[in-house]
Amino acid sequence: VAQSALLRPLKDGPMDDLLREFLTETNESLNVLDVELVRFEQDPNNAEILANIFRLVHTIKGTCGFLGLQRLEALAHSAETLMGQFRSGRAVTRDAVSLILTTIDRIKGLLDALEAEHCEPDGADHDITAALELLSATPPPPAPVMGAEAAGSNAGARSVAEPSEDISFGMPPPGEPVTNGDAERSDRIASQSIRVNLDTLDHLMTMVSELVLTRNQLLEIARRTPDGEFKVPLQRLSNVTAELQEGVMKTRMQPIGTAWQKLPRIVRDLATDLGRRISLELAGAETELDRQVLDLIKDPLTHMVRNCAAHGIEPPEERRAAGKPEHGTIRLAAHHQAGHIIIEIADDGRGLDTVRIRAKAVALGLAAEADVEKMSESQLHRFIFAPGFTTAAEVTNIAGRGVGMDVARANIDTIGGTIDVRSKAGEGTVFTIKIPLTMAIVSALIVEAGGDRFAIPQLAVLEMVRVRADSEHRVDWLKDTPVLRSRNKLLPLVHLKKLLAIDSDARIDTENGFIVVVQIGSDTFGIVVDSVLQTEEIVVKPMSATLSHITMFSGNTILGDGSVIMIIDPHGIAEAIGTTGVARAPHEVETTEEAYAGEEQTTPMLLFRAGSEQQKAVPLSLVTRLEVIDARTMESADGQRLLQYRGQLMPLVPVNENVRVREEGSQPFVVFSDEERTMGLLVDEIVDIVDDPLQIELTSDRPGVLGSAVIKGQATEVIDISHFLPLAFGDRYGRVERQATPRKVLLVDDQAFFRNLLSPIIGAAGYAVTIAAGAGDAMNLIKNGERFDVVLSDLDMPDMSGFELAQMLRDDPLTAGVPVIGLAPVESSDMIRCARQFGIRDCVAKFDRNGLIAALEMSRAALEQAA
Amino acid sequence: MSVAAMLHPDNDEVIEYVTAVLDRQLFGLPIARVQDVFVPARLTRVPLAPTEVAGVLNLRGRIVTIVDLRRRVGLPPRQAGAAAMAIGIEQGGEAYGLLVDSVGEVMRISDAIRAPNPVNLDPRLADVSAGVYRLERELLIVLDVDRVLDFGATSRAA
Repeated sequence: VAQSALLRPLKDGPMDDLLREFLTETNESLNVLDVELVRFEQDPNNAEILANIFRLVHTIKGTCGFLGLQRLEALAHSAETLMGQFRSGRAVTRDAVSLILTTIDRIKGLLDALEAEHCEPDGADHDITAALELLSATPPPPAPVMGAEAAGSNAGARSVAEPSEDISFGMPPPGEPVTNGDAERSDRIASQSIRVNLDTLDHLMTMVSELVLTRNQLLEIARRTPDGEFKVPLQRLSNVTAELQEGVMKTRMQPIGTAWQKLPRIVRDLATDLGRRISLELAGAETELDRQVLDLIKDPLTHMVRNCAAHGIEPPEERRAAGKPEHGTIRLAAHHQAGHIIIEIADDGRGLDTVRIRAKAVALGLAAEADVEKMSESQLHRFIFAPGFTTAAEVTNIAGRGVGMDVARANIDTIGGTIDVRSKAGEGTVFTIKIPLTMAIVSALIVEAGGDRFAIPQLAVLEMVRVRADSEHRVDWLKDTPVLRSRNKLLPLVHLKKLLAIDSDARIDTENGFIVVVQIGSDTFGIVVDSVLQTEEIVVKPMSATLSHITMFSGNTILGDGSVIMIIDPHGIAEAIGTTGVARAPHEVETTEEAYAGEEQTTPMLLFRAGSEQQKAVPLSLVTRLEVIDARTMESADGQRLLQYRGQLMPLVPVNENVRVREEGSQPFVVFSDEERTMGLLVDEIVDIVDDPLQIELTSDRPGVLGSAVIKGQATEVIDISHFLPLAFGDRYGRVERQATPRKVLLVDDQAFFRNLLSPIIGAAGYAVTIAAGAGDAMNLIKNGERFDVVLSDLDMPDMSGFELAQMLRDDPLTAGVPVIGLAPVESSDMIRCARQFGIRDCVAKFDRNGLIAALEMSRAALEQAA
Repeated sequence: MSVAAMLHPDNDEVIEYVTAVLDRQLFGLPIARVQDVFVPARLTRVPLAPTEVAGVLNLRGRIVTIVDLRRRVGLPPRQAGAAAMAIGIEQGGEAYGLLVDSVGEVMRISDAIRAPNPVNLDPRLADVSAGVYRLERELLIVLDVDRVLDFGATSRAA
């Protein structure tokens, strides 16, 4: 606000230009000063901060003198004197910093008056200058005047600060790299940027939005007249418009940190007033978002941080009594996520007072007494967003007037954002705000379902798939769950018509249809639509209040042809899938939290029967496809069944000898593949897909069986796929005894297939497996204090090879003793020789299950001997 | 209290109403709340919306949420193909259109003859009514516009 006001032309003439420039720059410097002073108070020995503060104040003083602004100059001078004493080792006290902050406030007031009146207002600042001078004149408690002779903890800081003495006379000394670099950098930036009135930018944005809409209308007309001569110039216009739009959007992006600038000061003042001890942590200040959005969230954010300080953080005595550190922490963090910016405001205070909220909700008539008793804590917590809600027992001038959270929420609502709260008594409260990066324009896919058109934001769309019975992509039914087979993966499908209750009988047409594959976080799923019409740049408009509760839509928009359509919210759909029980995407195990050893974790499993009534299972992530073929198309060669499959011969292997391999009729089988090879596992019947925790309870010595687990209440044999791949391709196969003493194994492989393949095998052999998707992940785990008895690493990985990883582990004294076993695509003596040079103990082929277990056993034995 | 009301101590305030007919019943909306009257065209239905919402449409570049008053007050649905009009109102910075059978003249009525809701008024009508005028030949039900649009809570809970 201050910025835009300053950009209004004052009056023509060189002096006014100068004054305007001065006002803008000084206001910016003062904002920085606020932040720096609070930092300085917390970290008084930081010479760099002090040097920066000193430089800012000195610049202000110098410019004021030059412009003949005497009051400002006098104030800046007095403050500088006191700060000069800090630099020479005076103890930094809260009172002294407060006084300097007061001085800065006075300077700001004078600047405001200066802006309005074009001259310094009459008056004097003796109150402040006198206080400053008094403080400067008072001999400070530890007052070593000469820095070089000083001893104690301050000495180091001061000796760094000492050379910067010269800065106060305008020229940074050459020996001072920090300040020097700063000055140069700011010069460079200044010469490359110009100040533009915000109104100009806003106007530009409005014009571009209009241009986009007009362009859309033209495109719509062109679409109806296929061979118009406008096609080519229109395409050009379209591209230019897109670039222009992007450019204008960029000019409007600002780091969120600009909205946070005042917070350290606010928290510091609040803490002083309330006698609390609070530190404010800011993370992700560089996260950028649209200026307009930024303006709208600035106040809600400030309000919420105030709330945290006033209501959340307890007084030090109370915290001590509760066994918490006296120092409370408020943490503000921002990051981007799928076209949104997520802001978290967390405190480690007392948490929301559920009892009081419940009473207040009843008192305000928001809910009946009987209802609140049934509500969950989180439902109750949401009442704090209701109008006029406050639980503060006494109203202070800080917070607690009940015009807070509802206003914050309303502001966030207007920009299409959401706010939620999580709180735990005694542990703290976390507010999560999710807002769109820009309210203006997004690129969307226009689709049709049940005769209605919808827009799906392109940002979430991975790809579009046209379904045909004979194409690579096919729709299968696993019981009642439709899934898409796409590139060795099975994706759950959701029918838009069905989901939106347009046509509840909708069946997926397996011959025709379109699937929009979208990704939300780690979940990938397909949205089935009748047709895909076009892509269009749409201007997002929020849903009206009567419709905003529909989570499937993020807004609506006016298309080029003038009609209104709904914008699909992929997040809403992802949530709906989660609750309606459609199978979750068999997503890859990417993070260590999802490691196989985890107990809460569920694994999607394919259930089938083969050779007996007993249910069998295999992790769904290993399954490439499910097939049913005409049994007569199977061929036989050398006692091996084969099938011509996608132009290749694929070996078919029954799960066991009891599987009834059909002579005619339909034969179901499950397809598995690694990167090169594909095989079919013949089964009797495919039963279902379930998502259950997989806990192998009994290991098995029978070939091809990992062990038994209870799945859906039934004892189920978990099949070992690794047994069948070599079998199908005639690899050698043997058996080795194994023992079951839990040892920690770190499995590093960039390919999910092998991670999924090997981790159950190693787990079943009695090891605790942790998974890393690359050498970087592995090193992070080790840095975070994880320790392993053996590291099992793929040798051939894209970013850092297994050889390099082994080398790094060798070089780190903490992990130097940990044996590393290399996983090679194929066994070769060259590979083993090479591996040995990098300190890799052993090399095993990936499909050599027993070789792998043997190598693990050997490393363990070696370790025990050494110990 | 308005100037008019102060000048007429017997509460003889005259209020202007835009009148509309729904299933032969006369309704009135305070003219101050009415933005415009338009023929709803190219209505887009909104899946999963409360039944009261007939859809949304584009009115001169603004998205207007159309609320079917018949559904709102529990009257039988309009016959297919029957003409309908929309009364444009604004609430909370958002544009709404109330779908009615037809829009009549603007009436100036003295507030003195306004009566509270009859006790036997259909509860769904009473929910949105701000009182009743006994005109010479018929009753006019005054619509409380804010209440008309406040169906979110009830239909969502249902």
